[in-house]
Amino acid sequence: MSSQATSNQATPSTPIVRLENVGKQYGKVVSLKNVTLEIGSNEIVGLIGDNGAGKSTLIKVLTGVEPPSSGTLYVRGQKIDAASYTVKEAHKLRIETVYQDSSLGEKQPLWRNFFVGRPLTNRLGFIDVKAEKRVADQIMRSTIGFRGVGISVDTPVSRLSGGERQGVAIGRAMHFDSDLIVLDEPTVALALKEVQKVLDFIRSIKAGGRSCIYIEHNIHHVHEVCDRLVVMDRGEVALDAPTSSMTYIELTDFLMSLHSRRPAAGASH
Amino acid sequence: MAHADKSAPSNPVAAFFKIEGTAIALVFALLVILFMLTAPRAFLGYRVYMSFMANVPPPMIIALGLTLVVVAGEMDLSFPSVVAFASYVFCILYQDYNWTWLALIAALATGTVMGFINGLVVTKLGIPSLIATLAMLFLWGGLLTVISNGASLAIPQIVGDPIQVVFAGRLGPLPVQFFWALGVAVLVWMILNRHRFGESLLFIGDSLKVAKVVGIPIEREKIKLFTLMGLLSAFAGVLLTLETTTYFAQAGMGYLLIVVAAVFIGGTSIFGGSGKIVGTVFGSLIVAIIEAGLVASGVAGFWTRFYIGLVFIVSVTMNAAIEDPDKVPLLKDLRARVKRY
Ligand SMILES: Nc1ncnc2c1ncn2[C@@H]1O[C@H](COP(=O)(O)OP(=O)(O)OP(=O)(O)O)[C@@H](O)[C@H]1O
Ligand SMILES: [Mg+2]
Repeated sequence: MSSQATSNQATPSTPIVRLENVGKQYGKVVSLKNVTLEIGSNEIVGLIGDNGAGKSTLIKVLTGVEPPSSGTLYVRGQKIDAASYTVKEAHKLRIETVYQDSSLGEKQPLWRNFFVGRPLTNRLGFIDVKAEKRVADQIMRSTIGFRGVGISVDTPVSRLSGGERQGVAIGRAMHFDSDLIVLDEPTVALALKEVQKVLDFIRSIKAGGRSCIYIEHNIHHVHEVCDRLVVMDRGEVALDAPTSSMTYIELTDFLMSLHSRRPAAGASH
Repeated sequence: MAHADKSAPSNPVAAFFKIEGTAIALVFALLVILFMLTAPRAFLGYRVYMSFMANVPPPMIIALGLTLVVVAGEMDLSFPSVVAFASYVFCILYQDYNWTWLALIAALATGTVMGFINGLVVTKLGIPSLIATLAMLFLWGGLLTVISNGASLAIPQIVGDPIQVVFAGRLGPLPVQFFWALGVAVLVWMILNRHRFGESLLFIGDSLKVAKVVGIPIEREKIKLFTLMGLLSAFAGVLLTLETTTYFAQAGMGYLLIVVAAVFIGGTSIFGGSGKIVGTVFGSLIVAIIEAGLVASGVAGFWTRFYIGLVFIVSVTMNAAIEDPDKVPLLKDLRARVKRY
């Protein structure tokens, strides 16, 4: 299991990432309040909560898309300088993400979308197009299982269906095979069979000794594949518990109780 | 039907026109043939082509740079002032200090720094580049007028100097600068289609949000882009100076509209995210040959712009139609009607 760790300081007990009192504000909107959260090695964590609870925001802070307004971020025990933390840096730290909103260039061909941000280049920065196309083709055939009529690595994303796009984003994450893979509602646009593939992918992450954050509104799926559950509510962590400590019914009851508390909170304003 | 769209076009004619630049090259060939008919005396001889090849390189090189800028969803209107500035720096250093190669380096460095500053203004102040570079057009132009005291310069003695031979001499009857322009075209094509910098520009122009989440350093790449544009504009300015052996303040202004036209005639989309380098090469040739051809055909000078406008509309429409006929509402209507009957 520790053979997976690429960083020298990491021991099996250091969490891959740790957020400490992280807050995020967009103008007056407080999206995250004092969030403290750890993702251990070889752990599948389900992140659930209402629409607008702050799940995607948490992911964006964690993966270098948005800087936090307050708090600290640690990756494998090392403090991250918020000012220089970027998506590129996150990639280097072996954190891979499938974002909720499309992260594909619409007008660009599939092969570019697989490798953008970290293309296969020679020393002068020129891209090895042949190699990229070959690997992209492999990913499409084996990992995503595109049997799509007439889709090739040269097809621009704008001609793909929603599910096919999602497949490309997931295939990309699978290819770059990191220590922590973040999936923000990966199954939204997918047909039943493809959803099973994503769940199998998550199980393979576990089997491969890696970690995953899985954001999903389908509580059943979360309960099925996750080791730990984190429930977010209005920017705060409302629950953080091992999946084994709760049955599916108890979990849904807990989530419903959050829903029923909400109007009261709204009325107090 | 929807699936047929995704596969490679089976129709060989359609396949031919999907190759970058073929359609626009055809427009150019048609124009040449047209002028051979309307002005046979000029266009059946070689001289008109030689003067054409001598004059087209500066605007073509600028248009190549501008294509990259447009790919990234940006615009640069400041290049006429950069052209003039580089031209002035080169001329004055040659005239006053007899510098040649050093004058070239100084002129290129000046343009590069100006482009870099343009990039800073666009990214750090967050002003949309169309507006920012329009302001910089005035600012640099004004600064140059002050520095140069509004004077023009002539350096006829540079003819025959090695630097003039290398950049504006003749290979037999062929103007050397034309090969420099083609060299720049190859380089810019490689940057856009084969280099990671070009890929960054494509994704930045496609969607800033996507560029950000895939880890492209947007600000840095944009600054690099405007810097490169400054360098290319300066190179164009030096080529112009070596060909005409003069500097005058309005030197670059004449290029403003034709360069922008050349980029869009070539088929690069104003919406960013894609660009056609071969198209820009032929776009520049088309604009220039219309000017030369109409004069030789005896059409009154002020008709030139009218015809450039006409070819502009036709080319842009054609480019859209080749990509997808349904993008042109008129064609879409016609096709629907034909199907109905
Ligand atoms: N760029 C932004 N500017 C302003 N407010 C934002 C921005 N992004 C998110 N928010 C706000 O932050 C809050 C949390 O949003 P977030 O996207 O994290 O929710 P979520 O838990 O992912 O919801 P969902 O399940 O619907 O995806 C929302 O109230 C949202 O309006
Ligand atoms: Mg979300």
